[in-house]
Amino acid sequence: MGLETLFGHSYLTTRLDEAVNWGRKYSFFQYPFVTACCGMEFMSAWASTYDIARFGAEYPRFSPRQADVLFVVGTVNEKLAPVLKRVYDQMCEPKWVVAFGVCATSGGFYDNYATVQGIDKIIPVDIYIPGCPPRPEAVLDALIKLQEKVSKESVLDRKYR
Amino acid sequence: MTTAANSYLLETLKDKFPAEVLATHAFRGDETAVIQKDSLAAVAAFLKGDLGFDFLMDLTAVDHSPREPRFELVCHFYSSKHNYRLRLKCALDSENPAAASLTPLWAGANWFEREAYDMFGIKFEGHPDLRRILMYDGFEGHPLRKDYPLKKRQPRIPHRD
Repeated sequence: MGLETLFGHSYLTTRLDEAVNWGRKYSFFQYPFVTACCGMEFMSAWASTYDIARFGAEYPRFSPRQADVLFVVGTVNEKLAPVLKRVYDQMCEPKWVVAFGVCATSGGFYDNYATVQGIDKIIPVDIYIPGCPPRPEAVLDALIKLQEKVSKESVLDRKYR
Repeated sequence: MTTAANSYLLETLKDKFPAEVLATHAFRGDETAVIQKDSLAAVAAFLKGDLGFDFLMDLTAVDHSPREPRFELVCHFYSSKHNYRLRLKCALDSENPAAASLTPLWAGANWFEREAYDMFGIKFEGHPDLRRILMYDGFEGHPLRKDYPLKKRQPRIPHRD
């Protein structure tokens, strides 16, 4: 960065939270829990046109044990709810959840016998993205909002929810 | 496909089953025969064996509640040999909504009948494995029946809040 020419062999002081959160918010490994048509929009948002690598979040992990952010993309029905809960429970702390699209957020227009009326009935959610499906801009906005949220957390407060 | 060919179809059916065919109608080449419930197996066997209907395209049900007879079974057949289509309907009462299974004639009827059983509670006599296909174990009732409560949910795991 050129700073080393200015400071030479030196050191910087910072708060532990700042340092840890800085690392966390720029290295999200996301687990895509994709159930429905929102998945197509998810793929486009993750592809090179919108370049999600700018936010350090381009790397999907298909094991919940290696993931930080659970993206629930699409409709979740009552039959699937225990699966979603189990995937969430398998993720290590710290972990965050994003509800992608109206179905994951509130059930959308599926107000019927089969559909969970929002995944927050099953697991805690950090960020909700509206839209049917959401625009990639909305997805990137959500990611930035999640980064802001993470940067305000304390390593001491973060505990199993 | 000509209209003449199709009216030939309905006429043949009426000649063969004068008592069992209760009504026929046609709209722009879309031919329907309403038959007696007990004759379903015999009529279907005739369709497959003599008229060349080698493909069961769809089998579903309608709930006409509170009208009696309450349920209606609807089967769509197609002949790939002759490019004919035919719709069979038969009424089922609410006391005992049951009909003969078409699975021995068309293997594809298996899952259609399981779906009709799952959603409407219609029993198919002679079905090899009549159990729910879409809803989960422990689900009570048949959700597409008109008397299934609109807001009723049957979660598999407890919801939060």
